[in-house]
Amino acid sequence: MKRSIKRFKDSYLFYSFKNDKTAMASFFLLACFIILSITAPLVSPYNPYDAKNTDIMNSEIPPMWLDGGSSTFILGTDNMGRDLLSTMIYGLRISVIIGICAVALQAFIGIMMGLTAGYVGGKVDTVLMRIADIQFSFPYLMVAIFISAIFQVMFGVGSFEKLAVPLLVIIIGLSEWPVYARTIRAAVMGEKNKEYVEAARVIGLSRPVIMFRHILPNTLTSVMVISTIQVANVVMSEAALSFLGLGMPVTMPSLGSLIREGFEYIFSGSWWITIFPGIFLILFVLVVNLLGDWLRDVLNPKLYKG
Amino acid sequence: MSHLLEVKDLEVKFALRSGDLTAINGVSFTLDKGEKLGLVGESGAGKSVTGFAIINLLSKPGFISGGKILFNGEDISSMNDSKMRNIRGDRISMIFQDPMMTLNPVFTIGTQMIETLKAHRQISKAHAKEIALEKLKKVYIPSPEKRLSQYSHEFSGGMRQRIIIAISLLTDPAIIIADEPTTALDVTIQAEIMDLLRELCDSEQMGLILITHDLAVVSEVTEKIAVMYAGRIIESGATNDIVNDPRHPYTAGLIRALPGGVLKPGEKLHQIPGMMPTLTDIPLGCAFNPRCLIKNGICESELPELLDNGHKRMIACHMRN
Amino acid sequence: MFAFIIRRIAQAIFVMLVISLIGFAIKNKIGDPVRDMVGERVTPQERAKIRQKLGLNDPFITQYIRFVDHAVHGDLGLSFFYKKPALDVIVEKAPATMEMVIGAGLLIILISLPLGIYTSLKPRTFFSRFVMGFSTLGVSVPVFLTAIMLIYIFGVQLHWLPSYGRGKTVDVFGNGWWMSGFFTADGLKHLILPCISLASIELPLFIRLIRSEMMEVLETDYIKYAWAKGLSPMRIWLVHAFKNTLLPVITVFGVQIGIMFAFTILTETVFQWQGMGYMFLEAVERSDTSLLIAYLVVVGSVFVIVNTVVDIIYGFINPTIRIAGR
Repeated sequence: MKRSIKRFKDSYLFYSFKNDKTAMASFFLLACFIILSITAPLVSPYNPYDAKNTDIMNSEIPPMWLDGGSSTFILGTDNMGRDLLSTMIYGLRISVIIGICAVALQAFIGIMMGLTAGYVGGKVDTVLMRIADIQFSFPYLMVAIFISAIFQVMFGVGSFEKLAVPLLVIIIGLSEWPVYARTIRAAVMGEKNKEYVEAARVIGLSRPVIMFRHILPNTLTSVMVISTIQVANVVMSEAALSFLGLGMPVTMPSLGSLIREGFEYIFSGSWWITIFPGIFLILFVLVVNLLGDWLRDVLNPKLYKG
Repeated sequence: MSHLLEVKDLEVKFALRSGDLTAINGVSFTLDKGEKLGLVGESGAGKSVTGFAIINLLSKPGFISGGKILFNGEDISSMNDSKMRNIRGDRISMIFQDPMMTLNPVFTIGTQMIETLKAHRQISKAHAKEIALEKLKKVYIPSPEKRLSQYSHEFSGGMRQRIIIAISLLTDPAIIIADEPTTALDVTIQAEIMDLLRELCDSEQMGLILITHDLAVVSEVTEKIAVMYAGRIIESGATNDIVNDPRHPYTAGLIRALPGGVLKPGEKLHQIPGMMPTLTDIPLGCAFNPRCLIKNGICESELPELLDNGHKRMIACHMRN
Repeated sequence: MFAFIIRRIAQAIFVMLVISLIGFAIKNKIGDPVRDMVGERVTPQERAKIRQKLGLNDPFITQYIRFVDHAVHGDLGLSFFYKKPALDVIVEKAPATMEMVIGAGLLIILISLPLGIYTSLKPRTFFSRFVMGFSTLGVSVPVFLTAIMLIYIFGVQLHWLPSYGRGKTVDVFGNGWWMSGFFTADGLKHLILPCISLASIELPLFIRLIRSEMMEVLETDYIKYAWAKGLSPMRIWLVHAFKNTLLPVITVFGVQIGIMFAFTILTETVFQWQGMGYMFLEAVERSDTSLLIAYLVVVGSVFVIVNTVVDIIYGFINPTIRIAGR
């Protein structure tokens, strides 16, 4: 353990991290966001899912520093009378959960497809990559909007809302896997003919063993970089879907659905219901993107343009 | 009488974050009308940098930090850019190493020829085209009218380099600087291009600075040679003298390394041991001393001056002067 | 060149077939054409009769072939809500969306070209750094938030610009097909905020793309040679370097126009813009399956056509590809 910590401390990754203020600041903020979303029930002033805490009489109270604000609701309340800060923290939690799970699913599908295509080659490769190419030529968001529209028509709005989190994970997972598949395949094609793979084959290791134990680890830097950037993309996609009313319901809002909800009240002057979750969302996406850019510059894997 | 081109104590530096790095140090030579000079050395010796410095086109962060470049008696090293453009591409043309990369892939040959003329002369497009055709004929491009509307990828390497030579002839320059003009070409084509260059320089009375690592090429084309090592000229003189009687141990090594007729089958080519130092760690004293076979104590502490040995030869070597 | 075009078109047709297959499978699974035609107040016996008549009991493949055949002839089914052919509904809504995309596209070209070129030529100036920093931030702001903030600032607070709807439109051809906001002051005013929002998604990408491509080109030998030929800086930058930069940029631009189509769903929602995206979301709410599928097929075709055309144009501009395809 001690040795691996020391090895990490001596690594190039850590060295460039220490010398990059942007990376450090982003990492710090991201850590705050993650801790906030894990400990949401402990740190948020109220539980927004609990009907006991919400009173419609309290709706649209402005932030405490404005006229009519009160110190019981630091950032004010939303149109349903929920404490905005608590709702935002819970919303962030949902966004983060969906973000991480959907990226995991994408990575899983993409890596499987990419490894199989790259290693098996031939017809399998052609078919899998054709699928990826076709899907790749359509914007993720469009695919995601379409899948969720169909799910909603299929299940009906009521049951869609009950299953919203897993469904969104599946929708976004299905709509963005080609990024992984293409990158992994390219990496596999590069690794496949190297001597160590040849050697592994000569000593009689089976195909899956070679793929997972020998080739996969060599593609991990690419996976790391893509995954970071993908977390930001997924959170954006989720917010967009929720904003369109195709994602999280108002009773259990993510940042996107909070913004959708607040948008109707912006014309009557209640800007905070939209703007605070908006800033929260932008900050989260920004720090993840900055970290992703930094990782890409440091690790410099040969990523697919696109 | 003043020379056509006179480079005096040229010094080029690269501005780096860690401080300035000297790439060219005290390089001097002259070129007269119709004269052909060879700048010889390994890659990294500073010959290309010298070529680019003459037309004041050093890539950033390089800059001329000292010395003079007199063209027809006028110092062009400190000329402002718009004045310099009247000389660059007009009075002094340059030919680059890789003809594949030199021509812009998205414009026709005609466009690239006519724009050069239009940049330097007040002439009509039709007239410019006429001149372009004439120059293409001069470099033996068959059916030049058709060629004008073609793109560079439709030509072979040798043809491309001919076209580039034709482009440099457009403005009837006084000097052509050719930076490794045949290195990227097939051996058989190399000789053709070299013959063409020599022929044109003679017929048009142009001065030629031929930058190359290939002593054999230089000895066939030029009258004068300057051998460069680690940013300095270490030996210069008439081509015949130097090839037949190299004085500096580095020049001698270069010549011995040429595949001549004297080798028997199975015999190895000579080579100079070691590598040229990089700019960041040039050794004290003579830069060549770590590879030199005849060095003395003084070579490791004092820089040899480039001295005239009385027979129109300049040599920078403690042991030979 | 001819072979290249043929190959590209064959590819496009294949993709269209895949899209139509997906569309049909969904329709077959969740749609109810009988309801689309006669509503829900019909006895089960009559329904069964209509089903038989419509051929809904035929094997999947037969039905699919019929679907494609109809689609090729411009029949994509009936919209349950509008009570007319789905394609007509889409065609009616298309001009609104097109105008937003065209406006945004123009904005992108007008803004990203000068900024991209400037930041590549003078990367160290304060303005360049500002532009690059701003574009990093821009990537992280969701388009609907940009739109909302624009509405809040220019619509709600300053009252400078209208915040929803298309404003006054005029009938361009006199047959009601293209109601345009391009030709009235009011219509143009209504276009400003939606177009800025839509353009804001792509601007950071294009500024960076043009900048990096241009910087790469500026380092090439042929640019250095252009300098050595004594050409003027403007000719070198704006003609030699720029034309080479343009090739990759055009390709990406074509693809991104398609992506902008996807994002119109978001901007149209925010600005209550009566276009295809707005219609699509309404169709989802109303479970208007035929209209959904028609939208999928139409947008899919727009996509495939744009991509194909861009590829072919690229083939024309780039002489190297032209030779390879010959």
